[in-house]
Amino acid sequence: MSVPTVSAPGAEAVPLPAKRRVAQLVMLASAVLIVMAAYAAVGMGIDQKIPSGMLTYGLGLGGFMLAAYLVLARFAPWADPLILPLVTLINGLGLVMIYRLEVGAGGKGGASATSQLLWTAVGVVVFSVTLIVLRDHRALQRLTYTAGAAGLLLLVSPLLPVLGQEINGARIWIGLAGFTLQPAELAKLALVIFFAGYLVAKRDVLALAGRRLLFIDLPRARDLGPILITWGLSLGVLILQKDLGSSLLIFGTFIAMLYIATQRTSWVLIGILLFVGGAILAGLAFDHVQARFEVYLNPEDDALYRRELGGSFQLMEGLFGMSQGGILGTGLGQGHPGLIPLAFSDFIFAAIGEELGLTGLMALLMVYGLLVERGLRTSIAARDPFSKLLAGGLSFLLAWQVFIIVGGVTNLIPLTGLVTPFMSQGGSALLANWILIALLVRMSDAARKPPPQAIQDEGLTQVFQR
Amino acid sequence: MNSPLKRTALACILMFGLLMININYLQAVRAEDLKQDSRDRRNFFARYEVERGLITAGNKVIARSEDTGDPETRFKRIYPEGKVYAPVTGFFAPENTSDIERAENDLLDGSSPSLVIRRGIDLFTGKQTKGANVQLTINPKAQEAAYKALGASGKKGALVAIEPKTGAILAMVSIPTYDPNLLAPADKAAVNEAYKKLDADEDKPLVNRAIARTYPPGSTFKVVTMAAYLESDDSLGPQSQVDAPQRLDLPNTTADLPNYGGAACGAGRVTLSFALEKSCNTPFGKIGMELGYDAMKEQAAKFGIGENLDPLEIPMAVSPSSIGPEEDQAALAQASIGQRSNQMSPLQMAMVAAGIANNGVVMKPYLVNKVTDAEGGEIKTADPEELDTAMSEENAAKLKEMMVNVVNLGTASAAQIPGETVGGKTGTAETAEGRAPHAWFISFAPADNPKVAVALIVESGSAGNDASGGQTAAPIAKSVMEAVLGR
Repeated sequence: MSVPTVSAPGAEAVPLPAKRRVAQLVMLASAVLIVMAAYAAVGMGIDQKIPSGMLTYGLGLGGFMLAAYLVLARFAPWADPLILPLVTLINGLGLVMIYRLEVGAGGKGGASATSQLLWTAVGVVVFSVTLIVLRDHRALQRLTYTAGAAGLLLLVSPLLPVLGQEINGARIWIGLAGFTLQPAELAKLALVIFFAGYLVAKRDVLALAGRRLLFIDLPRARDLGPILITWGLSLGVLILQKDLGSSLLIFGTFIAMLYIATQRTSWVLIGILLFVGGAILAGLAFDHVQARFEVYLNPEDDALYRRELGGSFQLMEGLFGMSQGGILGTGLGQGHPGLIPLAFSDFIFAAIGEELGLTGLMALLMVYGLLVERGLRTSIAARDPFSKLLAGGLSFLLAWQVFIIVGGVTNLIPLTGLVTPFMSQGGSALLANWILIALLVRMSDAARKPPPQAIQDEGLTQVFQR
Repeated sequence: MNSPLKRTALACILMFGLLMININYLQAVRAEDLKQDSRDRRNFFARYEVERGLITAGNKVIARSEDTGDPETRFKRIYPEGKVYAPVTGFFAPENTSDIERAENDLLDGSSPSLVIRRGIDLFTGKQTKGANVQLTINPKAQEAAYKALGASGKKGALVAIEPKTGAILAMVSIPTYDPNLLAPADKAAVNEAYKKLDADEDKPLVNRAIARTYPPGSTFKVVTMAAYLESDDSLGPQSQVDAPQRLDLPNTTADLPNYGGAACGAGRVTLSFALEKSCNTPFGKIGMELGYDAMKEQAAKFGIGENLDPLEIPMAVSPSSIGPEEDQAALAQASIGQRSNQMSPLQMAMVAAGIANNGVVMKPYLVNKVTDAEGGEIKTADPEELDTAMSEENAAKLKEMMVNVVNLGTASAAQIPGETVGGKTGTAETAEGRAPHAWFISFAPADNPKVAVALIVESGSAGNDASGGQTAAPIAKSVMEAVLGR
């Protein structure tokens, strides 16, 4: 066997986890090639020729990813080899779709592949910086309350008078030096770090104290504080910013992390009850929440379809597109995804579904699923509780976000606006998600790194392993 | 913490599983309904995405598609010959199609299963699939002559010319008609408005009178009655004598059946040929009553007439013709001279003329000669089919002889073509008391080797009050026959 081993005479050889750097490079190259082929397909579909920008975009993306790979190989050599190629593929396909929509609309309509490519570059830089600066993720644990405060601040920042901006009926943007940012995307990261740090510290109390009612262990009333505060926070987001998506995202992730930390089903039940209660109250109090439900239940209704505000027009256009796409899709550049409002941002999944069909969407969901699985695997392999909680929280956040937006676009659940991670056009989201990936990579490196060398003393072999 | 993590992983699998099941349901099942939704503009754009095939007649292109370069509605349908071929091509509108554009739609837009191999090749060679080209049986000279002659001086009506030996339709005209270019733009609102205007027009330009409308055939129907009579007794011939009273008493009524204009027909007893030449009503009324309703109906059916027969498709559906329901003897007498509830489409009367010309064998009429894919590969070619044998060869010859006499000696001298033997029969069908009659004419030429059979109607009122089959309709048929014969 050629696998390198850490061994000591007389002890059984323990295989080292492979770094699989070559495999990673090959997968990365395949991802870039797939993206370039997709670019070519867009050009062929639209005007029967390979678009002139294919090399620029392809080599650009390839170059960024090579840089990211080199940083990863240097600063996190043991990291999971699948994470970066998977993200590259999703990010690249998003770029292709945005490019296709931009070309289809003749440059009008808001889709801008150049800006998205630029933000991808920024994302890769931030990814690299995070890996270089953050050598040990446990440093974040010391920033628990700072992260919490930052998250809170970011969340409320759109409500500030000068900074905040209301676009499309939701007050979730801030304008900064000519850019508009969606701070909720960064806030969600800060909050997950805070939840992880806080729950690691408090989990024993939250897990053990309490009494048993019927078959459920109920927590003590005074331990309900954190969950109530988070609930209040997400309701605040919902009410003040009309941002259903972020509200659901933050609260759901918190409940999941609370469960991971305490292993208590009662928290999940309490969380669901609180959320459903809150949603019903919000539904009664606010028209826009009610409208979402109406649309969800009966999107094909003609009156709803024609309603100017809070109607089902966008949802139906997406459903029409995916229906025309059918099993195999119309082919890139050959459908009409431009008919779907905001196809380049919230509804990019529907646009992909129209042109790549059910086949493309299944593949895409598989890629997302694999990414989440790698994250959760990192979490399980992690050696310290903070890391476990953070990796688990971030992975769940990713899965939950995909579920909320894709479920909304495909009429599985009521539609709430959220970006599709790594695909939708938008700098803040891309940035936040690249940081999320950097954190996962950092933790997977730590989890897969061989344990500290055992003492090289004869007869006293210690193989440290969990 | 690994056990709750594993459960969280399970929850994630569940979420992704739900998403996957849902998109499968959405794109494979629910899509079937959603695709039909008229609010989806993709359905509208899809109509203009494919380069539809050509429709040609002879060496003339009568419908083609032009690339406009517009990414949404790329190919525009153009009808270079406009109104002349409208009843044949029909139109290709944003939400509607008609005639050949409708009947051959799946070939023209390339979606037909018979084009699956072509599409497969195109998929691999990266070519954009084009629709198949449809070549019609229409003879452009005949079509244009018919359009010109029938359309002159404000007449309304329809004309159909058939090649008797095959059933190929050589000309099909309906007037007044419309310009299909008005209905072709990829602009729903403009087209809907144009369509509404055409639809509201009292003259009904959108109706293809040649196949979608029936009229009382008048005296042209006497050839069917004659055919039934000849078939009932092989000893009968052009010289056989029949009763020809000035007025035929209709049993159980106070009314009589007079001849045209109340005139006498010979000396009360005439030959069959004479009765047809002069188009006497009384002998045919009497013959009809003698033969009875069933025999008349049976003979009509052999020519393709009858509402209960398999509907004719050329490939457009043809409104069924009928001699009317069985009533009393008086009604039968009137039906036997093409009145009462006797209703024939112009195409049907062309089939009658063609059947007699073709020695009694009625061929199934058809419009599509050949369909080829965009590369010229043959997809299908017309195969002439017999519809029925209406009469024996001997009886057909006798009837032909009498119809030639009608042109040479009788009411249809206006249809004579020097050097050719033309057979024909006029019809002047009464419509209502005090209203001008329909002028009919059916004919074929040359009698010994028929190349063309024509039936046409000039509608009541559109050619003056004293319109008649012989004066109004016969010259039009003549010009179409000449066009086909190359004279």
